[in-house]
Amino acid sequence: MISTDLSIIAPEILLAVFAMAGLVGAVYSGRDALSQLLTWAAALLFVAAALYIGLTGEGTHTAFGGIFVDDAFSRFAKVAVLLSAAAVLIISQDYLSRSDLLRFEYPILVTLAVIGMMVMVSAGDLMTLYMGLELQSLALYVVAALRRDNARSTEAGLKYFVLGALSSGLLLYGASLTYGYAGTTEFAGIIEAAGADASIGLIFGLVFLCAGFAFKVSAAPFHMWTPDVYEGSPTPVTALFATAPKVAAMALFARVVHDAFGGVVGDWQQILAFLAVVSMFLGAIAAIGQRDIKRLMAYSSISHMGYALMGLSAGTAQGVESMLVYMAIYVVMNIGTFAFILSMSRDGRHVTEIDALNGFATKEPLKALAILCLMFSLAGVPPLLGFFGKYAVLLAAVDAGLGWLAVAGVVASVIGAFYYLRIVYYMYFGEETEGLDGRMTTLPWLGLVASAVIMLVGIVNLFGIEGLAEAAAATLVR
Amino acid sequence: MDVLLSEYAPILIFLALAIGLGLVLILAAVVIAVRNPDPEKVSAYECGFNAFDDARMKFDVRFYLVSILFIIFDLEVAFLFPWAVAFPEGSMVAFWSMMIFLGVLTVGFAYEWKKGALEWE
Repeated sequence: MISTDLSIIAPEILLAVFAMAGLVGAVYSGRDALSQLLTWAAALLFVAAALYIGLTGEGTHTAFGGIFVDDAFSRFAKVAVLLSAAAVLIISQDYLSRSDLLRFEYPILVTLAVIGMMVMVSAGDLMTLYMGLELQSLALYVVAALRRDNARSTEAGLKYFVLGALSSGLLLYGASLTYGYAGTTEFAGIIEAAGADASIGLIFGLVFLCAGFAFKVSAAPFHMWTPDVYEGSPTPVTALFATAPKVAAMALFARVVHDAFGGVVGDWQQILAFLAVVSMFLGAIAAIGQRDIKRLMAYSSISHMGYALMGLSAGTAQGVESMLVYMAIYVVMNIGTFAFILSMSRDGRHVTEIDALNGFATKEPLKALAILCLMFSLAGVPPLLGFFGKYAVLLAAVDAGLGWLAVAGVVASVIGAFYYLRIVYYMYFGEETEGLDGRMTTLPWLGLVASAVIMLVGIVNLFGIEGLAEAAAATLVR
Repeated sequence: MDVLLSEYAPILIFLALAIGLGLVLILAAVVIAVRNPDPEKVSAYECGFNAFDDARMKFDVRFYLVSILFIIFDLEVAFLFPWAVAFPEGSMVAFWSMMIFLGVLTVGFAYEWKKGALEWE
């Protein structure tokens, strides 16, 4: 009994043991040389765990009396989380050691955050959900303040912590209301208690839970921490924030609304549609005034979360599938873009102003071309992969009878295209001022080029992602 | 459902009473009390001395470390106590769960110790 439970959470246990052994080993050996090794070990372990989960997992299992679920949906999300965290660790290694930030705590904290995310996406109970969410958040608060002698970075960490605590409070309030009215914290029990027509108390619980999740996925109007935290955190940490936690929080959102509130789709559909519209427009309009590429990426991520929420708000299996595909594409685009942002420097100093990109294409035609692909894809310009992600969520919304939402999405995407295209304009037609002179090392270069190539190759063949997403969505929406 | 909710009736009454009484006492002070302020009366006052420093002083971050450490071990006891009381009925799973929990705490403690967070000077 307990051994089958343990075998279901074996990947999480393995990572937790690695994190603790690494922590004790590194602090007692007292050598900074271990940080390099630990970062690589963590990245390799993430990839190994992703392969193990992706290749050996099948069927639906529950552990510990239903509070931990291992199904196709959680496996899809876990593989996405693990691979993106591994990719971020690999591309950011060089930047961290150059700017003297590579302490051995960094890979350990990332590992702990990843365990939290894996628990989140497998949650079958409000308590597991909260435990995973807090493990993830607490580790991320600390890495946001990784550059602790820098006022911006500590401010980012503190801001993230205070607002994260507020959102956890909202979420817990929702969880306690849900428990009070459903009489259980298990999702299977909540969906039964909610039935087809939930009581007003349960609806209140649902609304507060949604507000808490919206904070975590940084959907407007709960987005205010995002730009400051993205700007203040060290760039590798920003790259991490933009990828793995977003996938995990989105998957958790989908899990709760379908697993626990699948009977009352009409009630949460309105909330999600509202969040989606506001996020898409706010992300698109507020990004226009940004001169800092990290802030710009923050608004871009808010807007992208709006599109993912649009898929989710459809409330159908097709909607969940499109959301998963969208998140997978979004993560790849962001890893490529951040691989480039990490290498932006002048005279040995990291620069993040987009003006620095003026005339970049004449100096580095290949890299400029890769960024062109990524920017067009982020904007959703038709031939590239980003367009197909947007197309899938729009189609899901239309099929679910939310035509107005799809129209709003198209309008927001046209507005949002402006600032992505402006970056391309600067690179190709901007007057060269003080450009960038930083060289890109092999691994970030590979990350940039690989993700740009995926944006092109993905048009022909999506590497079987749709099939996996479809199976994942089918297990979630019954 | 209604039976479940009516079990919470005492706490609702208690809350109403607590809030009501608190409001009455505060409002009574505003309405009834004699007020005759003069500059000496309303100025800051510290054990009979004039105030000699700003109240917003900086605290050493180590105080926080100690207090956080205290909270962690306080919670540990809060977990250990019911576990110890229920120990005779507990299974091997319960025993090992607690041992793993203690082990994880020890890892954190060892890290903090080795990092020198506990050294005052």
